[in-house]
This record gives sequence, structure tokens and C-alpha cells, in this order.
Amino acid sequence: MKWLLVALVVLCTALADYLQTTGMKRHGEIHDFRPGALGRVASALARNWYIPAAVATMAVSFYAFITLLSIADLSFAVPATAANYIAETLVARYLLKETVNAKRWTGAGLVAFGVLLLALP
Amino acid sequence: MSDHLRLKTRVFVVIVVLANVLGNFFMSWGVKRRGSLLGLSMLEYIRVILDPWVAFGVTLLIIWMLSRMALLSWADLSYVVPVTAIGYVLTAVLGRVFLGEQISGARWAGTLFIVAGIALVGSTSIRTTAPEAPRE
Repeated sequence: MKWLLVALVVLCTALADYLQTTGMKRHGEIHDFRPGALGRVASALARNWYIPAAVATMAVSFYAFITLLSIADLSFAVPATAANYIAETLVARYLLKETVNAKRWTGAGLVAFGVLLLALP
Repeated sequence: MSDHLRLKTRVFVVIVVLANVLGNFFMSWGVKRRGSLLGLSMLEYIRVILDPWVAFGVTLLIIWMLSRMALLSWADLSYVVPVTAIGYVLTAVLGRVFLGEQISGARWAGTLFIVAGIALVGSTSIRTTAPEAPRE
């Protein structure tokens, strides 16, 4: 059950970030941060189905993580979700077609390993 | 890579990280003051969310989500995800300084690995995909 929840957290987080990044890139770079302009961005994003779908997927991931915390220790949950850094880099490389060079892979790997170590007593 | 985009990205990374770390901190602080949430009715749950510290934490987490979305409108996901992991380091430092938590050697080593990873990813270009042509 623990591992099922970990898999759900990692999958949903990666999927949510895929949807969110795709939606935001489709919208285009935000330049204008005045309240009126941000209101227009919000209404455009609500109609771009990627963003509502990302929010729904994020909610599932959050709920799965809270449930995981209720049956497992934080020292299990945090290192298990270090896999997020690898999953998200794979999503970025293969689904979002970002250029993940050796530097980026190494960096993501070091961060994931660091998160693993953080959970040690 | 323009200096303007680099500066804008740095500013947003700082906002994303601070909103996340402080949001979690105030939310957990507010929730812990009320005791266990297990077995609360819907009405009691709403009362907890309306606690000023919890509400402040939740507001910061909403700012976190919105600023991260703005950042992703121009930056790569494979850039944003590792770089914002600096939040873990900040949490450890805040815990050490303000809550007097003891941090083991393994934890400091983890922190160093995270910082090294961020330094590597931070030196790559912010965006590697072409901007979409505006669709009318």
C-alpha cells in the first residue's frame, strides 16, 4: 500500500507538472504583472483546459501524499518522493522535448540524492 | 540568454521558494497549535483553515502555486524543479536557527548535494524550447 501511494504521488506530480508546463508554454511568457493584465491571464488560463486538468491532478497527488503521511513515517515519505526529481526530468526530456544535457542530468541526480540523505536521522 | 530574462527568473525563483517554505512553516505551526486534525467534522476543519496563521500559510501557498505557474510560462520544467529544491536547504536552516533543531552530518551532506545539484542546473540555459507562435 505504501509503495502504491508513492507511485501515485510520483506519477501524479509528474503528470500535473507536464500539464501545467504545457498549458503555460501555450499561453506564452507572462510580461505584464499589473493586476488588470493578471486578471486577463487568469481568465485565459481557466479556458485553457491544461491548467484546470493540472490543478485536478495536483489535488490527487496532494491527497495521496497526505494519505501516505498518515500510514508511513516522514522519513519514508520524503526519500521515496526524491524519485520525483528523476521522473520530472524524464517528463521534461521526453514529453516536453526540453534539452536535458549532462549538466542538467547530473544536477537533478545530485538533488535527488541530497533529498534522500536529508531523511536520514 | 538576455540579462532581463535571467533577472526575472531569479526574482521568481526567490518568490516561489520563499512562498513555499514560509507557507508550509506557518501552516504547520497554525495546525499544530490546534492539535490533531483526525476525526474532525467538516465545520471544525473549516474553523482550522480560518485560524489566522493557517490562513496566512494557505495564502502563501496559493502565491507559491501562481508564481510557479508564471515561472513555467517561460522557463524549462527541468530547470525549475531542481532549482526550487533550495527550499529543502532553507527549511533545514530555518529549523536550525529558529526552532533549535539538531541537524545530523548526513543531513548537512544532503544539503551540500542539493546545493551542488542546483549550482549545476542553474548554470544551464533557462529555456531550451522555442516559444510557441501566438495563435489567433
